[in-house]
Amino acid sequence: MKFTTLLATAAMTLGMATAGIAQDKTKVGFVYVGPVGDGGWTYEHDKGRQAVEAEFGDQVETVFVESVPEGPDSERVMTQMALDGADLIFTTSFGYMDPTINVAKKFPKVKFEHATGYKTAPNVSVYSARFYEGRAVQGHIAGKMTKSNIIGYIGSYPIPEVIRGINSAYIHAKKVNPDVEFKIVWAYTWFDPAKEADAATVLIEQGADVILQHTDSTAPQAAAQDAGNVITFGQASDMSEYAPMPRVSSIIDDWAPYYIARTKAVMDGTWETANTWDGIGPGMVKIGEISDAVPTDVKEEALAMKAAIADGSYHPFTGPLKKQDGSDWLAEGEVADDGTLAGMNFYVEGLEGEIPQ
Amino acid sequence: MIVLEKRPQPSQAWSLATPLVAVLATMFFGGLLFAALGKNPVEAIMTIFWEPLFGEFSFYYRPQLLVKGAPLVLIAIGLSLGFKAGIWNIGAEGQYIMGAIVGAGVGLAFYPLEAWYIFPLMVIGGALGGWAWAMIPAFLKVRFGTNEILVSLMLVYVAEQMLASVSLGLLKNPEGFGFPGSRNFQSYASAYNADLIEGSGMHWGVVAAFIAVIFAYVLLNRHMLGFHIRLTGEAPRAARFAGVNPARLILFCLGLSGALAGLAGLFEVSGPSGQVSIDFNVGYGFTAIIVAFLGRLHPVGILLAGSLMALTYIGGEIAQSEMGLPAAAIQVFQGMLLFFLLAFDLLTNYRLRLALKEVA
Repeated sequence: MKFTTLLATAAMTLGMATAGIAQDKTKVGFVYVGPVGDGGWTYEHDKGRQAVEAEFGDQVETVFVESVPEGPDSERVMTQMALDGADLIFTTSFGYMDPTINVAKKFPKVKFEHATGYKTAPNVSVYSARFYEGRAVQGHIAGKMTKSNIIGYIGSYPIPEVIRGINSAYIHAKKVNPDVEFKIVWAYTWFDPAKEADAATVLIEQGADVILQHTDSTAPQAAAQDAGNVITFGQASDMSEYAPMPRVSSIIDDWAPYYIARTKAVMDGTWETANTWDGIGPGMVKIGEISDAVPTDVKEEALAMKAAIADGSYHPFTGPLKKQDGSDWLAEGEVADDGTLAGMNFYVEGLEGEIPQ
Repeated sequence: MIVLEKRPQPSQAWSLATPLVAVLATMFFGGLLFAALGKNPVEAIMTIFWEPLFGEFSFYYRPQLLVKGAPLVLIAIGLSLGFKAGIWNIGAEGQYIMGAIVGAGVGLAFYPLEAWYIFPLMVIGGALGGWAWAMIPAFLKVRFGTNEILVSLMLVYVAEQMLASVSLGLLKNPEGFGFPGSRNFQSYASAYNADLIEGSGMHWGVVAAFIAVIFAYVLLNRHMLGFHIRLTGEAPRAARFAGVNPARLILFCLGLSGALAGLAGLFEVSGPSGQVSIDFNVGYGFTAIIVAFLGRLHPVGILLAGSLMALTYIGGEIAQSEMGLPAAAIQVFQGMLLFFLLAFDLLTNYRLRLALKEVA
């Protein structure tokens, strides 16, 4: 029965004519590092893509390729999109940096947008979000909520973006709870549910009752749920299916406004190379609903911090701060500059362990 | 009722026909899968198999087939020699990584010196890196009788950790703003494994893959060592009586497959990939195992199988972006290929017979 249904479907689709594609449509390509169903990083980028479709309707056509390995494969996927007539291509992982630059050289008329990198060109922009602002709020809640005073942190790769997040969360956890201790596990992957779940389990077994993650799947949430009495935060996406416990809040990347703006710029012919690094203020980083598992006073403090970061009155990296080795970094009242933050390769004072080399 | 009956002699015809039948069956059932996903199956199959070879942009995809297929063929050739002799090197992925690390390390040590001898030295370094990594399971097997499947596989994960370590430390680009990954060989002329003819995809790794195919063919058909390899696989006891030294054969097969995997890694890191990075390896070492079997462990078969795998990868990407097929569907499609090959392989040694009378 199933077999005949399949055959029927096959015959039906065979008969369907492929819709012709109008020439004046703006074609936007997306290259994803994970599957669109990862529930985190790639999922949010794909929501951005859908927002572009919703905004411009028939004027745009979007295409995407998921789970593209960083390296020569990504270069081929980008080239293929450019050959196929894409006007604008978003490459959404750090490892796509050199391939993006290479392909951009070959297609000077196509615009490229690389997420989280630092290399630009006349037709290559870079964009990223100040996730560390969200980490500050997270750190505050984590510091207040932990009973064991051990906070587990699942790192992906020891790159500046991740180290920035660890520092930001630690500084704000420590501020409200001087006894707090961070245990960091490096998963060396952005998306691998099995590895992420293992990392979470190990951290929980070592006494962590708060798990922060910088990896993209919901596996750590599930591990925390199984363990019970452990809280987590959604990463990149709201992950609200795990609310109110273990997920008590989240950092959400909202790429939709940026993707819409950049697509519009290409349509209007006003696109220019840009280096965008937006945070909570412009709405690129959002704090997901803080659940009822968090006491009201803690929730209010967290929201106050969020508001202060949004209006610019508070910077998560404000001195006095020292580096891990005890040397001075920021003096009283001094604020970290973007250059140092972008290339951050050191822990702040108090964090234990070394950044893997 | 249909029964399986062992053939008195393996069927030569089926042995040659199975890969073809397997490809056709994959196309058919893959088509059904795509149809079930609501895509036009004929268009999808055409996109995967036709587009890269003869489509509008084949001028770009054809060279890419070489780039994608070369490491698969190079690694699979090495593996096939061992597999023929019943020596199972499952850790080519690790040897590929170590070849890339050592070879790239040699090149980066000379930076920014420009000299003709740098690339040849890197090639030697790459081969040695892979060889040395494969020698660990080889030595442990010869000396202590350990299982080379487990040891070589586990060493893949060790190699991945080493890769992460050197990307973040030893080989990290000092001008990379603290980001992981080495300098890019594409901007270091003496060490860059460029296309021999611009835009042809024909880099030294492709040349090496072709040489390896010829070398393996001659070795297996014209050389005593090749005979020993085949004999050991087919009749280990007879091989021992014929004076084959099993220890030496293990060292040779694992060493050679390691060296070839290491070479593949070096050519990839110094060419298409360009840099040592944490995610440098994308599974060529494992896919090559499929390629080796798809090619019936025969050098020419491996060449064809490698090309076919490369085709499904590249065509699969095109189908994803043009038709919106999910990546998982393409992976299932590739998996079907091996599944049908193994399934139809049965017909080489068995035949189907209609049994009219059932035995009570």
